[in-house]
Amino acid sequence: MRQTIRFYLGEDLCTLRDMSPTLTLLDWLRERGRTGTKEGCNEGDCGACTVLVVRLEDGRLNWRAVNACIQFVSMLDGAQVYTIEDLGTPDAPHPVQSAMVEQHGSQCGFCTPGFVMSMAAYRKTKGATADDQAIDDALAGNLCRCTGYAPIVRAMKQAMTAGPDRFDAQVDTIVERLAGLQDGESVRLEGPEGTLSIPASADDLAKILLADPEATIVAGATDVGLWVTKGMRRLKHVLPIGRVPELRALTRTSAGLRIGAAVTYQDARSAIAELLPDAGEMIRRLGSTQVRNSATVCGNIANGSPIGDGPPMFIAANATLHLRRGTEHRSIALEDYFIAYGKQDRQPGEFVEALTIPTPAQNSQFRVYKISKRFDQDISAVLGAFVIEMDDQDRITTARLAYGGMAATPKRASGAEAALLGRVWDEKALEAARKAVLEDFTPLTDMRASAWYRQTVAANLLTRFFEETTGTEQARLARTGGLVHV
Amino acid sequence: MSDLVPGAASTSMKHESALLHVTGRAAYIDDLPEPRGTLHLVPGLSTKAHARIVSMDLDAIRAAPGVVCVLTAADVPGENQISPVHREDEPLLATDHVHFWGQVMFAVVATSRQAARQAVRLAKIEYEEKPAILNIAQARENGSPMVWRSLTMQRGDVERGLKAAPRRLSGQIEIGGQEHFYLEGQAALAQPGEAGEMRVWSSTQHPSETQHLVAAVLGRPHHLVTTEVRRMGGAFGGKETQANAWACLAAIAADRTGQAVKARLDRDDDMMVTGKRHDFLIDYDVGFTDEGDILAVDMVLAARCGWAPDLSGPVTDRALFHADNAYFYPDVRLKSEPLRTNTQSNTAYRGFGGPQGIVAAERVIEEVAFATGLDPVTVRLRNVYGTGTRNLTPYHMTVEDSITAEIITKLVERCDYQARKAEIRAFNRNSRIIRRGIALTPVKFGISFTATHYNQAGALVHVYTDGSVQVNHGGTEMGQGLHTKMVQIVLREFGLTADRVRITATTTGKVPNTSATAASSGADLNGMAVLDAVRKIKNRMITFAAEKWSVVPEDIHFRPDGVHVGAEVMTFQQLAWQAYFARVSLSSNGFYKTPKISWNPETGRGRPFFYFAYGAACAEVSVDLLTGEHSIDRVDILHDAGQSLNPDIDIGQIEGGFVQGAGWLTTEELVWDPAGRLRTHAPSTYKIPACSDRPRIFNVELLENAPNREETIFRSKAVGEPPFVHGVAVLQAISDAIASLDDYRTCPKLDAPATPERVLKTLMALQERAD
Repeated sequence: MRQTIRFYLGEDLCTLRDMSPTLTLLDWLRERGRTGTKEGCNEGDCGACTVLVVRLEDGRLNWRAVNACIQFVSMLDGAQVYTIEDLGTPDAPHPVQSAMVEQHGSQCGFCTPGFVMSMAAYRKTKGATADDQAIDDALAGNLCRCTGYAPIVRAMKQAMTAGPDRFDAQVDTIVERLAGLQDGESVRLEGPEGTLSIPASADDLAKILLADPEATIVAGATDVGLWVTKGMRRLKHVLPIGRVPELRALTRTSAGLRIGAAVTYQDARSAIAELLPDAGEMIRRLGSTQVRNSATVCGNIANGSPIGDGPPMFIAANATLHLRRGTEHRSIALEDYFIAYGKQDRQPGEFVEALTIPTPAQNSQFRVYKISKRFDQDISAVLGAFVIEMDDQDRITTARLAYGGMAATPKRASGAEAALLGRVWDEKALEAARKAVLEDFTPLTDMRASAWYRQTVAANLLTRFFEETTGTEQARLARTGGLVHV
Repeated sequence: MSDLVPGAASTSMKHESALLHVTGRAAYIDDLPEPRGTLHLVPGLSTKAHARIVSMDLDAIRAAPGVVCVLTAADVPGENQISPVHREDEPLLATDHVHFWGQVMFAVVATSRQAARQAVRLAKIEYEEKPAILNIAQARENGSPMVWRSLTMQRGDVERGLKAAPRRLSGQIEIGGQEHFYLEGQAALAQPGEAGEMRVWSSTQHPSETQHLVAAVLGRPHHLVTTEVRRMGGAFGGKETQANAWACLAAIAADRTGQAVKARLDRDDDMMVTGKRHDFLIDYDVGFTDEGDILAVDMVLAARCGWAPDLSGPVTDRALFHADNAYFYPDVRLKSEPLRTNTQSNTAYRGFGGPQGIVAAERVIEEVAFATGLDPVTVRLRNVYGTGTRNLTPYHMTVEDSITAEIITKLVERCDYQARKAEIRAFNRNSRIIRRGIALTPVKFGISFTATHYNQAGALVHVYTDGSVQVNHGGTEMGQGLHTKMVQIVLREFGLTADRVRITATTTGKVPNTSATAASSGADLNGMAVLDAVRKIKNRMITFAAEKWSVVPEDIHFRPDGVHVGAEVMTFQQLAWQAYFARVSLSSNGFYKTPKISWNPETGRGRPFFYFAYGAACAEVSVDLLTGEHSIDRVDILHDAGQSLNPDIDIGQIEGGFVQGAGWLTTEELVWDPAGRLRTHAPSTYKIPACSDRPRIFNVELLENAPNREETIFRSKAVGEPPFVHGVAVLQAISDAIASLDDYRTCPKLDAPATPERVLKTLMALQERAD
């Protein structure tokens, strides 16, 4: 067992002993005088604090943009961190920095370092192109209030045609230095501000949690981070699970896809999209690149948030949740995990191990619709995720209509489902389901939408589903990945 | 122009800090090295919208780890007042009452920001709640007082005009507010000096006002306080007055502890405390003809001003100044209602009430277009200000250079408006769920502070003996490129390259008694002051050189290859050195005041604006009838920046202004709960446009060959606020898409912001009518 956290910041190996387990990377960087990384919101929404976190995974380097404001330093064990100061200097700028200058991509300049880091990370993403939508996705987590984004996108396109950056020549060095940090040791740090335990195996994790069921499991910290930065909560014992190999596994079998508890949305996205193409489209809009690079599929479930987009989608997909307590394992239908607002079927000392999404039946139709004020990086007012399956007489044999934003938990529309079963999927069936879904929920009015809007849209999304599964007409805006009008 | 050095004024140059921005080396307040022992201040906020403070128990805070002291109203050594308009009704720290949810009641000073943030939550406050007035409707129902006098502008006889008009309609439009969402939150660092001196680094648009208020709360003369700002991470009006409180609190704490104190707000606190763009409820009554000619307009413009006057007076005045937008109203009456409410004190925000007036003017056009069946563009062209006739504004200023018709006509052609409109209508006939819409709207924006005395500026320019130049002026840099333009003026006049000219932080120690960098006036005012300073030095150098080398002054030219003195060419450095040696002063201040302007609010008459800036935008959108979501598919803008000082920077202002304006009218929604607590106080709940919200196709052009008719700095025009208004085209394009539901017979009366919910509600109401 190690009693230090080790990671590289730029060229320097940092070995930390005495630190709060919830010290954020942003605060730590700025304390050290690395003030190029800015605090814009301290909740992971604006991207001004974006830094590059590089990890050695399966022998190759993964470059990820993350929000430093809600990333705990304790989660960086074994990583290489680069901030804006490492990227380039006024005399020797990085290609992205040159492009931003040439295209007038900065005005006030405050968001700029964050953008530059996201852009530099995007250039290192497999399959990155100069396509507008791909750039929008890469930059959805960076807010700019001055430029209207147009010059930044122009700069991104210019930078895509530029040559290598200074890190390209250093890949072997970085691989070597990160390999040197991979000792497989678990970590424990005890200090006045709390205890940090980094388990190196699932058995470790199970033991620690049994001994201290109050410990806070941290996967991506995109939720827990806010407990600290906004809720000012002190967490006595923090348990990052990012180094547990079993939880990092993404396993594809003919039966389905098993997603370990430490697998991020970004890493799971393409595998999920292979099973459920529309889910890939929704995940594109879930959080932002920085959030998806940290946030895990299972973390989105484990916290029991009523506004998470993953849970209703995976409930519609008939997913199974795997939990473990000590040496006991159990699996439950995902929808049964959510008992009531703030209450989940997770025992003290128990943790989420994985989620399994079954391979959909051949004739299954799946769609997921996310409705929010802003298209990208917004919490849904309503999320509707729908599955229907039909027999050879076109009668509906399975209907799973799950919603988020409609109740205190992600929930299926049981009345609407019943209205569909055994019927042919036609306009009459649609009308019956529309009518029934109004009875299924009594949503709240809040800052995202009124109860009226939620009800109305809950029904209208069934219409969209009907149009998309039976008709030929464009039933959603081009940018939501539907048909493109010419 | 061939005489101009690269980057000289009237050509494009990169932002002077661009390389620092992109490398993270540009310093903002929180990035400055902290003086030894710097303490941190966090404000304690009220949790009631309106209440008497029965008791404040702050002992637990005082006992908390790291806490050095807690400030309350009793600890303010000078006046506990920070009203920017010198009304005694805006206490820095609450005294016996709180007037909105989020009012600053006390401030915690601790050894770390974290310690202060932890401790601030330990306050025990007992309130006696009072009825809170939260919005315009409640203010009217309860006869809430106004925070400022109501202004009426009138010309002709509106009653008679309305009665005599062949057609008449009336309606109401609701226009939401807007959070500035500058990326750098409010921040100030105060450092005490000797003999009562206080130095304050503040993210402020108005260093002089910050200086004056810091002096007032400390009870000291202005000369003991120096305020400095190198750059802000965005402001948009939100740091014109709203920066003052943090500078004042930091200064009081610094004075009391003898240590430097920093106050940097958490984003949630920032949004909870600071004022925003005013939301308006505007009633209109319009008389017109079947041909779409407007005959008479009567409007009442009511604004939610919040708990204190702040700048609500001039903001609501400016709403009136722009309620005509680009249109001549033969008989007109415009009246403001600046209403007091128990919410954040609304403040300056890019356009300063003008955009709200323009949105109402464009709704009136839209109404007339639907009522007459004419294309809205036709109605616009029939009503724009004329040249020579039909050119008197509701405030009796003559529009001398109306170019709205020219701009609209050019843009209609360039963006192929008519053909696209026809294509969109054909598309809509065959599309049940997705409908498209298009709209083309103009802007005419008055340039000058309506407070005439604000239209002055100073500058200070030093030429050193090595020929390098330092320039300073009263304006502040918030991203708009003001400093860049000021450098460019020096380059152009001296024939120097950018590496020879350094612009330094704005400080009240160099240029005193400055105006806020606001009202789009930064380059107009400070540019002329810089030019004045530069020309004074230049003239001294010319006089010196003419004598020394016996040439006539007319034969001395500052060119890119050096200073031409008759047939001789020498470097600027050589000339500077020679001039110094001959005891010629190479430093000068500069000063400027805008000519021709006057405004009398008592009579509602005058020439408040030196000139107008013009432009037009055409927006095309798609709307999802099932959800009310929209996308902006294409935007074309033609904008008048006069003879632009920096075309690339001005295009950046237009692109950015448009997106910010479109955000205001679509995704950005401020929501207060029934208790008066703002529920949208972070980017998680308040949604400014993201990257993918920019138009898919986005064409922005500057109007060619259009030098300002007035003698502005190199015949340029102000460009900060006017393009913000182009967002109106998006609102009307969404409205156009909705109108397809009953075959364009009814004005949908789409209010703002056009969130998916509002769009859905509006289109369903229209659908019901159509059925």
